Amino acid sequence: MTRSIIRLSGVLAVLLIALLANLTYIQWFKADDYRSAAGNSRAVLEEYSRERGPILVGREAVAESVETEGELKYLRNYPQGELYAPATGFYSQVYGATGIEKAENKVLSGVDDRLLFDRLQQLFAGRDPQGGAVTLTLDAAAQQAAFSGLAGRPGAVAALDPKTGEILALAQSPSFDPNELSSHRSKQIRDYYRVLTEDPEEPLLNRPLAAVDPPGSVFKVVVAAAALESGRFTPQTVIPGPRTYTLPGTDVELNNASRTECGPKGKVTLTEALVVSCNTAFAWLADQLGDDAIREQAERFGFGTSFDVPMPAAAGRYPDNPDAAQTALTGIGQYEVRASALNMAQVAAAVAHSGSVMEPNLVKEISSPDLRVLDTTTPSTFGQALSPQHAAELTSMMVQTVERGTASGGAIPGVRVAGKTGTAETGNSPDTVWFMSFAPAENPQVAVAVVLQGAGGSGGSLAAPIARAVMEAVLN
Amino acid sequence: MSAPAAADAAAPARNEQPTRRGQELLLLVFGWFLGSVALAIVGLATQDGLPPRFWTALAVLAGAALVAHAAVRVLAPYAEPVMLPTAYLLNYLGLVMIYRLDVAASRRAAENGSPAPTPEVIGQLTWTVLGVVLLVLTLLIVRDHRKLQRYTYLSLVAGAVLLLLPLVPGLGTTINGARLWISVGPFSFQPGELAKIALAIFLAGYLTIHRDSLAIVRSKIAGISLPRVRDLGPLLAAWLLALAIMAFETDLGTAAIFFGMFVAMVYVATQRRGWLILGALLLLVGGFLAYFLFGHVRTRVQIWLDPFAYANDQGYQIVQSLYGLANGGLLGTGWGQGYPQLVPFASSDFILAAFGEELGLTGIFAVLLLYAILVQRGLRTAVACRDVFGRLLATGLAFVFALQVFIVAGGITKLIPLTGLTTPFLSAGGSALIANWIMIALLLRISDITRRPDPVVTSPDQALTQVVRL
Repeated sequence: MTRSIIRLSGVLAVLLIALLANLTYIQWFKADDYRSAAGNSRAVLEEYSRERGPILVGREAVAESVETEGELKYLRNYPQGELYAPATGFYSQVYGATGIEKAENKVLSGVDDRLLFDRLQQLFAGRDPQGGAVTLTLDAAAQQAAFSGLAGRPGAVAALDPKTGEILALAQSPSFDPNELSSHRSKQIRDYYRVLTEDPEEPLLNRPLAAVDPPGSVFKVVVAAAALESGRFTPQTVIPGPRTYTLPGTDVELNNASRTECGPKGKVTLTEALVVSCNTAFAWLADQLGDDAIREQAERFGFGTSFDVPMPAAAGRYPDNPDAAQTALTGIGQYEVRASALNMAQVAAAVAHSGSVMEPNLVKEISSPDLRVLDTTTPSTFGQALSPQHAAELTSMMVQTVERGTASGGAIPGVRVAGKTGTAETGNSPDTVWFMSFAPAENPQVAVAVVLQGAGGSGGSLAAPIARAVMEAVLN
Repeated sequence: MSAPAAADAAAPARNEQPTRRGQELLLLVFGWFLGSVALAIVGLATQDGLPPRFWTALAVLAGAALVAHAAVRVLAPYAEPVMLPTAYLLNYLGLVMIYRLDVAASRRAAENGSPAPTPEVIGQLTWTVLGVVLLVLTLLIVRDHRKLQRYTYLSLVAGAVLLLLPLVPGLGTTINGARLWISVGPFSFQPGELAKIALAIFLAGYLTIHRDSLAIVRSKIAGISLPRVRDLGPLLAAWLLALAIMAFETDLGTAAIFFGMFVAMVYVATQRRGWLILGALLLLVGGFLAYFLFGHVRTRVQIWLDPFAYANDQGYQIVQSLYGLANGGLLGTGWGQGYPQLVPFASSDFILAAFGEELGLTGIFAVLLLYAILVQRGLRTAVACRDVFGRLLATGLAFVFALQVFIVAGGITKLIPLTGLTTPFLSAGGSALIANWIMIALLLRISDITRRPDPVVTSPDQALTQVVRL
């Protein structure tokens, strides 16, 4: 009997070895496959179990992880929710992440290579892994001014530091509350998400970066730059500015907003044409310059390029093959010209910065969990949109536009402001109004573009006060 | 008058063995310490402090260990010293994991705003205490395992009744698709767990008497001795019983346990490999029959072949179990740091997956090796035992532990099709825990009788003789 019991234990030993071998296969050789398998909710839970780094504006966290009692250890909290939503984005277990939460996920979750040293430190100290911090370039006062200025009207604001390309304000309305999307309750998340996606005003759309609209008269600055750069025109060049202008090759007549001639006998200087925002003059000018020259000028301002700020921003558009009449219409920022608030802020910033276009960016620096700075974004130049001399001339023209022209709504007492209004027709809906400006003209600190979609009215009365508030916030 | 006592002290009785109770106590203290540290770690990892009523739990478990130890010291002083601490440690670790899963369940409830679930660990702790009480009672009642042989056929009846009890209308309850429970008032009990013991006693008794006839070789095929056809009756009966369990109680695991125990015990009793081969053949035939006859068996097999194809419904458990094991990796996430609660029935059928996830490959190896120690000690007890009945009973009990662990662990790791079985000592579940403790008591009893020295006749004359002999 002893022999058979020993044999039986032999059989059991084989079974044990089979178990151990199989476990080794699963937990060692196959583990990575299983861990990364789609539908393995442990990966999501694991991500939520780490303390994600904060997103900072100045020293204040606009997104932070707070510890909870629940199954998911950390909850993402956005103390000012809607205000910074276009920058922070959300961090949802159902819909993934957007905005900085997505673009800087590696830093925030702590897996970025620059955090390697900190990860090792945490490992040896036996502490839970922590993500790094991302400090934004946003200026809290400017951001608040932009968001308050929009006051719930559909629109967007983008403000830049002309010298560095740092984004100082990135606001939109309507916005959304990232807290609701980043909660731990998936039903709440889904319900709120449905509300947002069914809203015709698209709160989830990143308006300052991704919504492109016809820029209307603010695009005249680009056309004016093309005119100066062509060498055929100076600010003093007299060009026709009649009451009506017949689009070339058609019998369609284009009017001035004032329904009058832009100057005595229908003649104006280039400066005056910009100051009074003369449609007929700029349509004529566009026809004179041709679509290629304007397109090239627009592209030197950054149109046609999608900047990663680090989330991708929409590229401004100039039509590919407009006929003569369409080209004339592009001179006043109509037809198929499209731009986002960021695109137009870049145009203003380039004029302000002696014609030099900076790459826009939203991230100032990244730091370790203990807020040691690991990396600082260095400003980088995208290109030269126009010569410094032409930029100075254009600045002067825009200053006059504020001081005695259509853009007077952007004036700040004691500061020389350069600006331009725009009102774009968008088919049947009420006009979209624009304002772009920078200040102080002699040493620009801030360039801003405001767009109010379907607001009706005029850029000077509706959009200019917002731009002025943002500029004042930066300058103070 | 003091002569006999002096003689006893000076002269060890024949076959005198060290009792090794000190070793047992040491191992028990070690087990208690290990379990207590684990409990503290779970508390620290999940709620920044020791678990509520931590010291009470420690005291209760220390008390259980001491009572068990004292009972063995008094009632079975020569018992094997490793089995009790091993079983105790497994039981303690099971309690810790069940507590850890309770924490997860109450968190989830809090998150969903639903009322807090009843913690399972309280019940399991109560059952643990009851299990130790039954260990003591078993040692107290069964003073000599050989006397159990008298109840061979009574055990058969008891085993059959216990197995069939869940089928009685109004008494039996179907839980999770298997009709294995009986409900009396608020209590539900799995009589099949106790039936294991009854049937082991029956088989040991039956085979002690009939092993010679079963061992008669009728014919040899390809060098393998085959038993006589008329001796096949009991084997076929066991096979039919297993099939019946599968058919009516829809429980693959229990069926496999009984059939496996039967084949193993017949093999050990007769030492004829023919029985093993016949058993294997019948298992295959039974498996095929079950596959084609019973839908639930077919489903199980299909899930086993490709669980990921059913990842969101019937294969969910096994897929989650595999994900959990993978998440644990080599060293595990640490107590309280993984997500074992994602596996349904984590505290009962899938508790090994929870160990694999939180303690890693290393931890689950350790747990399986604890079982290996337990089984090896049980089989050693069988080998050392001098009476056939005791050998067979010890073999049967040890084999049931081993087979049960293999079927559970193999099931949750996709080595074999998944069947619902508890993991001995670890899983939440009172009936299983109590049955396991009774089994340990019987093994302790057999080893105690085996190693106990022959009784010394203590007349003064003989005592003197012994002094001289030394």
